[in-house]
Amino acid sequence: MSTVASLTRATLAKDLRLEWRSKDAINSMLFFSLLVVVIFSFSFDPTAEESRHIAGGLVWVAFLFAAVVALNQTWAREMRNQVLDAYRVSPAPPNALFLAKVIGNFIFVTVLQALMTPLFIVFYNLRALGPAYQLPIVAALGTWALVVNGTFFAAMSLRTRSREIMLPLLLFPISIPALLAMVEATGAILTGEFSARFWIVLLAAYDVVFTIASLFLFGFVLQAE
Amino acid sequence: MKRVFPILAVLTGVLLSYALYEALVVAPTEQTMGDVQRIFYYHVPSAWTAFILFFINFFASISYLIWRTTKADIVALVTAEVGVVFCTVVLVTGPIWARPVWGIWWTWDLRLTLTLVLWLIYVSYLVLRRFSSSGQTPLLAAVLAVFGALDVPLVYFSIWFFRTQHPQPVIGGGGSIDPRMLHVLLINWLAFSCFAALVCWSRYRLEVLRRKVDETLALEALLEPRSSQTRTSRTGTAG
Amino acid sequence: MTYLYAAYVATWAIHITYLGTLLRRYARLRNEIAEFKGRIAEKN
Repeated sequence: MSTVASLTRATLAKDLRLEWRSKDAINSMLFFSLLVVVIFSFSFDPTAEESRHIAGGLVWVAFLFAAVVALNQTWAREMRNQVLDAYRVSPAPPNALFLAKVIGNFIFVTVLQALMTPLFIVFYNLRALGPAYQLPIVAALGTWALVVNGTFFAAMSLRTRSREIMLPLLLFPISIPALLAMVEATGAILTGEFSARFWIVLLAAYDVVFTIASLFLFGFVLQAE
Repeated sequence: MKRVFPILAVLTGVLLSYALYEALVVAPTEQTMGDVQRIFYYHVPSAWTAFILFFINFFASISYLIWRTTKADIVALVTAEVGVVFCTVVLVTGPIWARPVWGIWWTWDLRLTLTLVLWLIYVSYLVLRRFSSSGQTPLLAAVLAVFGALDVPLVYFSIWFFRTQHPQPVIGGGGSIDPRMLHVLLINWLAFSCFAALVCWSRYRLEVLRRKVDETLALEALLEPRSSQTRTSRTGTAG
Repeated sequence: MTYLYAAYVATWAIHITYLGTLLRRYARLRNEIAEFKGRIAEKN
């Protein structure tokens, strides 16, 4: 077990360091996120009352787009340098690599969200009428849900034609319960009309189920040749 | 084997015709909805059949992951395809039913929404099978099927709770059902199940033949490298 | 009720379309087999 943890940490540190040095992916993604927020704000211009109801949906669709862009390049670096083949023949547990990628993506998408959220608040004059402390919980659970499955499906899409479209095509249907939960929870917290507790529990259950499933099945996907 | 099929096909045709007659003529007219309610006899059995097919797909996929048999892979492919066909029927008849009864085309009815999500998951499954290179298609598809199956209870609960917070019309009538209607429903379900079984069987044989031909052509290309014709043999799953 | 007939017709339209694709794939397979047999016969 300790090899998995240390290997995960090493791979994650490597990814973060590489990303920090080159900054190419994160810069383009930052700008993309900004564009998404602005375009959404042009398209949907509701009053403050209505906006609290639909903001949940808008925000999470925007986050979803940003996440897909981030996920699509998850394995790009590994593909370019045949790292995956090296990993396949090494005795290293595949879960470590997977976990490192998921955590890396999680950090990545969370950074994007942290930058997009103030913009949304500004454009839509958002203010939480319900328990605002639940929002980071929903954000974390929801992001993990998208990122764990997204990283897995990105790996599955590697040897398919139309790789970039394959990922969202596989990810979106499976993510529907999680997306519903994220949107409803955010809406519930912003409007204060319902309790978000059920949705938070559902998100947590979703995360547990699919994290275990991904860890269990990633070995198969890596070995698939 | 070959002689049994036409006989079964005729029998199924007879059964389907009888079931249709029962649905249109014999079944009592519903009080509130009138004759439109008879769509129920096609809508619900198709949904049950689709769910059963996807259930079989789940077991075939797990079986493939454990034992890696070609048979399991083909069963998975077949049940997914035919399941999607029946799912499409549910998704088309649902709105056609909802429109005259409720005045709206779509509602987040539990069964209808669940069917929609299953349809999406399995269409993505079929797309994955078509777009991945034939070497690891069965493995990746099996993994995706497992993910889909794990998703189903979560989808169910999320829609169920969504409906308690945002009440919506219920298609397909909840509550108890007139025993005569139940009788007609079960007859139609039996007929469609036989039909589904026959279609699956045909698709299965088609796939087996397809793969044999692909193998043979591939062998031919290997043994005759200087052959002048360019043979592009399709991968087995694209059919 | 036209909606009722529309539903039933749509159901069978979907099924017949799918069966049609199966038949077309069978036909294509049979062509490929016939071609292949032709090539074998040519060589012998």
